[in-house]
Amino acid sequence: MNTQAMHGEGIKPRFAPHVRFKFDRRRGQWVVLAPERLLLPDENSVEILQRCTGDATLADIIDQLSAEFDAPRGEIAGDVRAMVQDLADKGILSL
Amino acid sequence: MNIDPPLALLAEITHRCPMRCLYCSNPVNLEPASRELDTATWLRVLDEAADLGVYQVHFSGGEPTARKDLGELVQHAAELDLYTNLITSGVLLESEDLFRLADAGLEHVQLSFQDTDAAGGDRIGGLKDAHRRKLEVAGWVVDAGMAFTVNAVIHRHNAGRVGEMIELAVELGAGRLEVASVQYYGWGLKNRAYLMPTEQQLDAVTEIVEAARDRLAGVLTIDYVIPDYYARRPKACMGGWGRRFVNIDPSGRVLPCHAATTIPGLTFDTVQDHALEHIWQHSDAFNRFRGTEWMPEPCASCDFREVDWGGCRCQAMALTGDAAQTDPVCSLSPLHESVRALAEREAGAGTETAVYRGAKKESVLRDLS
Ligand code: SF4
Ligand code: SF4
Repeated sequence: MNTQAMHGEGIKPRFAPHVRFKFDRRRGQWVVLAPERLLLPDENSVEILQRCTGDATLADIIDQLSAEFDAPRGEIAGDVRAMVQDLADKGILSL
Repeated sequence: MNIDPPLALLAEITHRCPMRCLYCSNPVNLEPASRELDTATWLRVLDEAADLGVYQVHFSGGEPTARKDLGELVQHAAELDLYTNLITSGVLLESEDLFRLADAGLEHVQLSFQDTDAAGGDRIGGLKDAHRRKLEVAGWVVDAGMAFTVNAVIHRHNAGRVGEMIELAVELGAGRLEVASVQYYGWGLKNRAYLMPTEQQLDAVTEIVEAARDRLAGVLTIDYVIPDYYARRPKACMGGWGRRFVNIDPSGRVLPCHAATTIPGLTFDTVQDHALEHIWQHSDAFNRFRGTEWMPEPCASCDFREVDWGGCRCQAMALTGDAAQTDPVCSLSPLHESVRALAEREAGAGTETAVYRGAKKESVLRDLS
């Protein structure tokens, strides 16, 4: 349906109910637990997911990451949007 | 060998079940209530699973809600920060049970539907009025605020209604739908000829599921388990033997998959005798088919050996009589053509005869589809 694709950078992504994002000490890695899903996000994804609190807008997240990694905003924006959209389609994030 | 810990525990807490699904993949000989693990042992097993590194616990059966201590087990698992999932037929549940389970920390409920047609569903499930009750239970799951999946098992008699099943899942408020073709294990193997769909039916199912996936992205996640008798490659059963899942049966036997007891010559350790970690690392049953060393040709030199891990051991057992063979649904297996021909023959013959658990003789079933 991709309705979210029409939204601008004002959306505030957050984890959907019954999705848990946690650090697994034993394996030393972040995991996302959802109904019948287990995702092991890489470092870049973790940086994005840690900001999906429901408080920050997509614009905030992109600004923060491009400042932190000293990378062009446009490039970061593309990556962040793609990941957020993909996880929203899978029911992991709510927008 | 460095063995990674399992990701999920399948806790088959009981084999008791008021339903008699013709496709039930539980063993032909069920464990009686008298042999079930007690509450204290399950609580300890949950501790051991969390220590071992398990993330998710699936409470299943049989009908897991037949056990009165389910709430206690769920609560303990949630306190251990395990992600909890209930796999249920729903027919024993009342509204207050669902609110109690949600309070105990249950995150996710998978409710099975046998069909969208009540008569068809009740016939496949062998229980009157089951379909109507399931519809009611679905509402309670949503009201209690848990994540909700509809599980639908597809076979020759309901394949034509998979589109309706997708609509039903959306209507009921599910966030996820599992469309799974029957896997022929345990009791279900007896009814294979009754259940086997035709290839045309399955192509139609695949088309409908794929279209719905696009249309419903962000609304309903659809997981589709392809019917492997018609496939060219086998499924990576359990994500590979002894790699991701640990299954504990009602009597405490620790199994690499819930059909593993159909393989003769495997020795299973029990949670009464050893800690889970010890069993995961050392049990004969887990190590027998772990990794790739056990593999015969064509698997041993195949590029897919660490993709599908040679397919399903229990299926190899059921179809070739030897669990250590390549899963014969694989197109590289010399037996592939004969398996496919078997599926086509059984689907084409269109038998109307099936057998329920506990029934003395086969029953003739009127087909409404
Ligand atoms: S498949 Fe049906 S009969 Fe078998 S355990 Fe599940 S609900 Fe019960
Ligand atoms: S030969 Fe074995 S490893 Fe290769 S695709 Fe077939 S089952 Fe998989």
